[in-house]
Amino acid sequence: MHKFANPTFFMKIANAVFPWAAGLSVLCFIVGLPIALVTSPPDYQQGETVRIMYVHVPAAWMGSMVYAVMAASSAVYLIWRHTVAHIIARASAPIGAMFTGLCLVTGMLWGEPMWGTWWVWDARLTSMLILFFLYLGYIALGDAFEDQERGDRAAALLALVGSVNLPIVHFSVEWWNTLHQSSILSMQGFSISTEMVVPLLLMVGAFQFYYVAVLVIRLRAELLAAKIRTARFNLAATG
Amino acid sequence: MTRKRRRLYFVGLGLLGLFAATALILTAVEDNIVFFFSPSDLKARTVTADQRLRVGGLVEDGSVAKTGETVRFVVTDNAEKLTVQYTGILPDLFREGQGIVAEGRMGADGIFMASDVLAKHDENYMPPEVAEALKKTGHWQEDAQKAAPKTAQDTTTPPSSN
Repeated sequence: MHKFANPTFFMKIANAVFPWAAGLSVLCFIVGLPIALVTSPPDYQQGETVRIMYVHVPAAWMGSMVYAVMAASSAVYLIWRHTVAHIIARASAPIGAMFTGLCLVTGMLWGEPMWGTWWVWDARLTSMLILFFLYLGYIALGDAFEDQERGDRAAALLALVGSVNLPIVHFSVEWWNTLHQSSILSMQGFSISTEMVVPLLLMVGAFQFYYVAVLVIRLRAELLAAKIRTARFNLAATG
Repeated sequence: MTRKRRRLYFVGLGLLGLFAATALILTAVEDNIVFFFSPSDLKARTVTADQRLRVGGLVEDGSVAKTGETVRFVVTDNAEKLTVQYTGILPDLFREGQGIVAEGRMGADGIFMASDVLAKHDENYMPPEVAEALKKTGHWQEDAQKAAPKTAQDTTTPPSSN
């Protein structure tokens, strides 16, 4: 693992991955979107409204997954002080926040016609909103200190502490009575028809590769920003 | 012990403590986290008339009676039953056999006076033809199985057991 802590070596791999991730994301979107939005069957109960699932579910999964990446990277940063790990977490935060926000918005649009309400304070919806606020808090906290390194550590600690919310998001629909239905993916496999699983997985792929591609772009920017900070610091020290 | 190793233990122990504390808190405040009570839950506790609460379960087959804008129906969790009265527009998914959540107060006559009714659906999405075919061949799993509220007993058992 520590070999990857070298920023130059790490970015060499990241840059090699980038065209593949970007290409596969576009491909999955091109193939998946028409199936998801047009040719896949409607639901026997919900009719065409079920198509919201093809955006809502991948966005929800990505919201949790990106946070898991962020928390794990933050742990590596706090323990081994690898700057690359921190930069991965920092670059992931806005992407994860975007996915979680997309999940919340599409969920509201779905809840109104089906449940009869935009929002309820049940365990699943509330824990997902907390996840969204954790992302925003992480982004704000990282830049709230004069001393960049103190901000980095405080944000990393927040990311770690917030990881306690991930199992709550996932198991909320099993542990408690909620208005939200159970997960469509369980140990028994998918609970939805195969014709619906195919476009769903394509959309999940599209979102996953999108994350990787955007992450690499953001990593480049973060590393450049770090270089500029160091150069400024050195300039101030010598001048 | 190196500093890295010490930090590793510190982070590990800290997370362990945090997860344990959260688990304890969530268990302690479970009553406030559940979105609704099942008719069985309600029977097991004393509810006063001024208490606003939500009750959830399946709309019993053949129990829906409409008089003008007011509708009465029976909510069941396959163990206990509760009559609910509601005036207003019902969600599109409201029908007999469907899971619903009603918010309101317990009336003196044992009838639950709802001010809001929400529909709850399960996670088994399928095309209409498939649903028809399942019903014809007798493999149809009633919504009852999945959308039925968790009662105090079966929250402790894994979902695979039912």
